[in-house]
Amino acid sequence: MGEERKTRVLVAKPGLDGHDRGAKVIARAFRDAGFEVIYTGLRQTPEMIVSAAIQEDVDAIGLSCLSGAHMYLFPHVVKLLRERGVDDVLVFGGGTIPDDDIPKLKEAGITEVFTPGTPTSVAIDFVRNHVGRRKR
Amino acid sequence: MEIVERVRQGDVRAMARLMSLIENYSPDATLALKQLYPFTGQGLIVGITGPPGCGKSTLTDQLTQEFRRGGKTVGIVAVDPTSPFTGGAILADRIRMQQHSLDAGVFIRSMATRGHLGGLAKATYDVVNVLDAAGKEIILVETVGVGQDEVEVVKTAHLSIVVSVPGLGDDIQAIKAGVLEIADIFVVNKADREGANKTVTELQAMLALGPERSEGNPPIFETVAPQGQGIAELAQGILARQAHLDREGFRQTRQRERSRALFLELFQERVTRRLLEQAIANGSLEETIERIADRDLDPYSAVEELLGKAGL
Repeated sequence: MGEERKTRVLVAKPGLDGHDRGAKVIARAFRDAGFEVIYTGLRQTPEMIVSAAIQEDVDAIGLSCLSGAHMYLFPHVVKLLRERGVDDVLVFGGGTIPDDDIPKLKEAGITEVFTPGTPTSVAIDFVRNHVGRRKR
Repeated sequence: MEIVERVRQGDVRAMARLMSLIENYSPDATLALKQLYPFTGQGLIVGITGPPGCGKSTLTDQLTQEFRRGGKTVGIVAVDPTSPFTGGAILADRIRMQQHSLDAGVFIRSMATRGHLGGLAKATYDVVNVLDAAGKEIILVETVGVGQDEVEVVKTAHLSIVVSVPGLGDDIQAIKAGVLEIADIFVVNKADREGANKTVTELQAMLALGPERSEGNPPIFETVAPQGQGIAELAQGILARQAHLDREGFRQTRQRERSRALFLELFQERVTRRLLEQAIANGSLEETIERIADRDLDPYSAVEELLGKAGL
């Protein structure tokens, strides 16, 4: 036995769009994969997301955005994390995100972006593979 | 230990990290908790329980707002169930508490029930101790909403609020076993619904039926949480009830009861873990279980054998 770690993931919806089906599908899929999912609901500011992520000490943050504001919202979350000295939380995103934007998001610290049609198992495997490397 | 100092100063990241260590049964958590223990005992711990959907999260949110208005800092532990099938959990109590996410005077932590060996109460209590040592003045513990664990969790609080709603029909049935006895305060939430008066009357009748409590029967408050109706009165009621219990000398009795419950819980957990770890390490656990399943060995002798091996 000894230490028993559980992976904790915050699933958040930054911005103003009210389409939370994707976020809920992801939350459910992560739960079924044995993760603890903190779901904070709609219309979160990047500040609220970062504050919740720190209090909940999550391993990863999944951001869902369908409003088109991802180029502002996603990098802003990463920026705020860095400002608070957090560099060991994995940030990934999903939603209706044009292919052209993906390299820019990655450059801004979003480790991966999943577009519509991606099987949930791909996102789950991604998080599993990446949080294992997280230092404690 | 650096983390202890940082927790004492209310450092959010240190508190959050220590809570994870607690949940993961890390030996580092025990080290830190030992050092933090002398600094606990300051905060008022309030347990909030009641059936699923009765409005515990919204009440917690509104009470927090009320206490913040009064200048008090607040810590919240919100517990949601772990799926017994996958081990995963969706912790969604924060949805109703969004207004506090940017308030430095509020710390919210979501906890999954997991399969805590030795009970959820111990892990919850440890997390509450972190909030307490970090200087949070009011600590609200919101329970899952069903089952025996609730009684265990609220036993770790100074004061327990049992929430009920009109129209459940079986509501009174549900609070008959145990929960009625642990309540220091009753809340009938969603009091704008039909039947609220009836629920209040039924609660009063239930309390009148029972033996007179030495500390006096618990008061009943009616609230409509989303509108904030009745919240100021409830917050006042919490502080007044606590003052009443203090005045009558019940605080000491409760502190002792809590200490007893928690010591026994911790003891149970540690002993169980150690013995099981041994049995797993030498491979005898699976073999024993196999033999019990095959009726080759009875479980009573198996436990005695295990204890015997440990010299107990």
